[in-house]
Amino acid sequence: MGRRRGIRTLEFADVGSHQGPLLVVEDLHTSFRTPRGTVRAVDGVSFEVYEGKTLGIVGESGSGKTVLSRSIMGLLPPRDVLRSGTVHFGGHELSAMGENELRAVWGAELSMIFQDPMTALNPVKRIGVQIAESLVLHLGMDKKEARSTSVELLRSVGIPSPEERVRWYPFQLSGGMRQRVMIAIALACAPRLVMADEPTTGLDVTVQAQILDLLADLQRERHMAVILVTHDLGVVATRADDIIVMYAGRIVERAPTRTLFRDTKMPYTRALMDSIPRLADPSGARLDAIAGRPPDLVNPPAGCRFAPRCEYARDKCRQQEPPLRTVGSADHLFACWYPLVDGVSTAPPVKVSLDPRSPSTQTSADTPTDAGPRGDEPGSGTPEAETQP
Amino acid sequence: MSQAETTIPAAPDDVVLDVRDLVVEFRSGRQRVQAVSGVSFQVRRGETLGLVGESGCGKSTTGRTLVQVQSATSGSIDYQGQDLNTLSSRSLRQLRTKIQMIFQDPISSLNPRRRIKDIVAEPLAIWGKGTKQERTAKVREMLEAVGIDPDAAGDRRPGEFSGGQCQRISIARALMAEPDLLICDEPVSALDVSVQAQILNLLADLKARFQLTMVFIAHDLAVVKNVSDRVAVMYLGKLVEVAGSDDLYQAAAHPYTEALLASIPEPDPDHTSSHKALTGELPSPLNPPSGCRFRTRCPYAQERCASEEPLLRELAPGHQVACHFPVGPLAGGPSAG
Amino acid sequence: MPDDRELLDTGASSQLLGDRFPGMAATDEAVMAISTEHLDGGDVLAKKPLGFLFWFAVTWVALVFLAAILANVLPLQNPNFQNYSALNQGPSTAHWLGTDDLGRDLLARLIFGSRVSLIVGFCGVAIGLAIGGTAGLISGYKGGKLDIALNAGSFIILAFPAIVAVIAIVTFWGASLLHITIILGVGTIPLMFRVIRATSLSFAQRDFVIAAKTMGATDTRVVLREILPNVVPVMVTFSLITVAGIIVIEGTLAFLGLSVSLPTPSWGNLINEGTANNALSTDPYIMMWPALSMFLLLWSINLIGDRLRQRFDIREGLL
Repeated sequence: MGRRRGIRTLEFADVGSHQGPLLVVEDLHTSFRTPRGTVRAVDGVSFEVYEGKTLGIVGESGSGKTVLSRSIMGLLPPRDVLRSGTVHFGGHELSAMGENELRAVWGAELSMIFQDPMTALNPVKRIGVQIAESLVLHLGMDKKEARSTSVELLRSVGIPSPEERVRWYPFQLSGGMRQRVMIAIALACAPRLVMADEPTTGLDVTVQAQILDLLADLQRERHMAVILVTHDLGVVATRADDIIVMYAGRIVERAPTRTLFRDTKMPYTRALMDSIPRLADPSGARLDAIAGRPPDLVNPPAGCRFAPRCEYARDKCRQQEPPLRTVGSADHLFACWYPLVDGVSTAPPVKVSLDPRSPSTQTSADTPTDAGPRGDEPGSGTPEAETQP
Repeated sequence: MSQAETTIPAAPDDVVLDVRDLVVEFRSGRQRVQAVSGVSFQVRRGETLGLVGESGCGKSTTGRTLVQVQSATSGSIDYQGQDLNTLSSRSLRQLRTKIQMIFQDPISSLNPRRRIKDIVAEPLAIWGKGTKQERTAKVREMLEAVGIDPDAAGDRRPGEFSGGQCQRISIARALMAEPDLLICDEPVSALDVSVQAQILNLLADLKARFQLTMVFIAHDLAVVKNVSDRVAVMYLGKLVEVAGSDDLYQAAAHPYTEALLASIPEPDPDHTSSHKALTGELPSPLNPPSGCRFRTRCPYAQERCASEEPLLRELAPGHQVACHFPVGPLAGGPSAG
Repeated sequence: MPDDRELLDTGASSQLLGDRFPGMAATDEAVMAISTEHLDGGDVLAKKPLGFLFWFAVTWVALVFLAAILANVLPLQNPNFQNYSALNQGPSTAHWLGTDDLGRDLLARLIFGSRVSLIVGFCGVAIGLAIGGTAGLISGYKGGKLDIALNAGSFIILAFPAIVAVIAIVTFWGASLLHITIILGVGTIPLMFRVIRATSLSFAQRDFVIAAKTMGATDTRVVLREILPNVVPVMVTFSLITVAGIIVIEGTLAFLGLSVSLPTPSWGNLINEGTANNALSTDPYIMMWPALSMFLLLWSINLIGDRLRQRFDIREGLL
């Protein structure tokens, strides 16, 4: 299945020959105007993605990761949305393009796999037709060729009897199958970068594994870059080269995967990892839940946005917002005044506050217990004294 | 010391719920689909029984049948000696408050037009229990127990709360009915990771405080394992394995359980699963495979699996499996194939 | 039929980002979670002011109602008194709205005529709501054979040509205010049934209804406490819109001579008079006032219904 110079009006360097990062996002801000005020969903995000690499973007609801992915693609409606910052893709500035120009890029060079295949697929069109649309539009294929290519694409994503199924409608397929079809559509024109927005949420765990494996295989074959947006750390742990952790619209930590898990610096990342139940834990083990809820994106707290929920927060954290910085290795960025070192907080000791109004006493099941189930973490309220940064 | 208060399973005759050969069939026109095909298990007092499986396995249907929202086609559900399936609607009405349910979608489980304090007081209002002051006091107490500020929240409507908070309110309402048995149908699946942890801890606390027995239905085995004392694994309407949760993880005997465990994404970059990932798709429940229903996707399937359906049998004390050729450390154990 | 998609066109009236931007459900979680942080007094979800037009509409409707109710007490002239010395006059101090070709005061005829329209409109819809609405509420919740039967029944009735039926009934039964009200009221039953049944059905599947059942609530209680409060907004707005429709239909029937008989005025037959026999050229006011009043009333009712729907549905939309 070759690549043809079709209707595209933008020139991109051939795969493999591009120098430097494929996608560069600089200081991206995206806000929505609502009656309550301006919601700053993405508040200053910058990162790069190189060809053939996988970037994982991890965050919970309200972290801004979904808005970020759509912002990069340019899929936000124009009304009541404020966007600033730049996005460069393959040397072209995506953020400056109008919808017409973007249409040449979408599908052809940059495509997206959406979260819910049921709503992302057109229920009244056959799946073969939906795949072929992209081929006809971007690669200029005629209907016959597009049809046979669609069958091949379905085969490559692991759908059995593709010659038959190409005439099916989405409702006839299971969730896993539909997601495969989505992947087929996204990859039809061999884009350079695929944005996968929660591609496996809602799917069964066994199907999840299949889909992620498939994506990884295809990526390797075509030397594609993938951005995997998810809330599940487990999904990115074995499949991403680098991981960005988002909180309240900002990046709070970025590192190569192994480094992130072995040498976590940001207390939020650590707390996120700790609150996930692990199979290896004995049953009935208490989880280290993070207290409270994500902050107000209209009026974010002054200082570090995670401070109200952080067990190591100090006055400095509440007053000054920590910048994203590195210490030592240039590829590990974090935004914390008192990062963790070897799992231990570097925050200076402080008198324990017995203020009943502090967030940790408002909800049950949130104060970390003294000796957590994972004994290598300090779980008590007063961290040990370490050298100040 | 934070090992949860795992209550010691009571003597076998202290059984809260005894389910025998439960079958739930759906008809659509001519076609009949069995969502649950002959499932039997017991829930002992004070324990949490986890029911795990993927979509289409029938776990949710089982849960709904237990609370009598779904009617069973055949089989019995014995609660305190009475078969719920055969009760008259009047007796059922009185008995069913003892078995309450927490639903998957926290927001749709609350009436959007009513105030929180009215929603939580509803079980008392239905049965006319207590004076107005007594009800108000109980509502306060319960809301505080689930971590919601009654003064701030009481007069609000569900639309103003987040998913996690709605789930807490749902739990408060269920507990107001003073149930013996709480059926949790995917209570944390729709919630964020950090909120999940809060709710799971909350459920553990409340279980201890109100001495509840729970059936926890979910598709996430890690969550189920954390919460449950015993776990039952379902596949396509049948139980394939029942064991203590630690036991299940360390000595999974059914190939499906093995595959489930292997598929769970571990937040550990160096984690390599030694098991093969599961291939194929779930067979259609309209036409389940003959013999063992899992055989179409089982890497170890043999001829016998197609001709003879394996029954649930005890492989080791407290560990049952429905497989002709069980795997894992317990394979080749006391019960011959 | 009112469509909730219209919400999206009313600019920033939707509080829920998820309605306006695809995939924003996650942001909504955060935004909603925040609104409970500020739980101190006052409704966080600021009620959008209903607007000047809304209040104008309410005032007009109130005025019409009051005038109709108090017609006997108001210092109006006799609507049937024929003053041959004041034929076809325009508005003047003696006759504020003028007179018709028989010298009758138009203002008085207008106000007394409004009684007919209002009674037919609101009472007719009340009948439809009481019977059709209740049936729809129960049928949507219970389902089963009852539902299938009622549903089929409503289809059959709706398919029947209405005008023919009305003409036949009126011819045999006679036209009086009571008869017309009942006929039109019964005519709205299948419509009410369908709309309310659909709404009831959509709520009957929700988890909170199931939860109520598991707590031992009887069916009656579930319908009254859980489903009805959710159906009321639709009932109210749809009813108001139907009122508007009924008033127009009465006017049409009057035009066909099937409504209350002269000399009792109704807006319908006033318009009829005003356009017959070349009256428009001699005295356009006869037709003008009732037409204008009818237009304003219907428009006001529709506006009120619309705004109320937006109001209620915003809260619904937040879920």
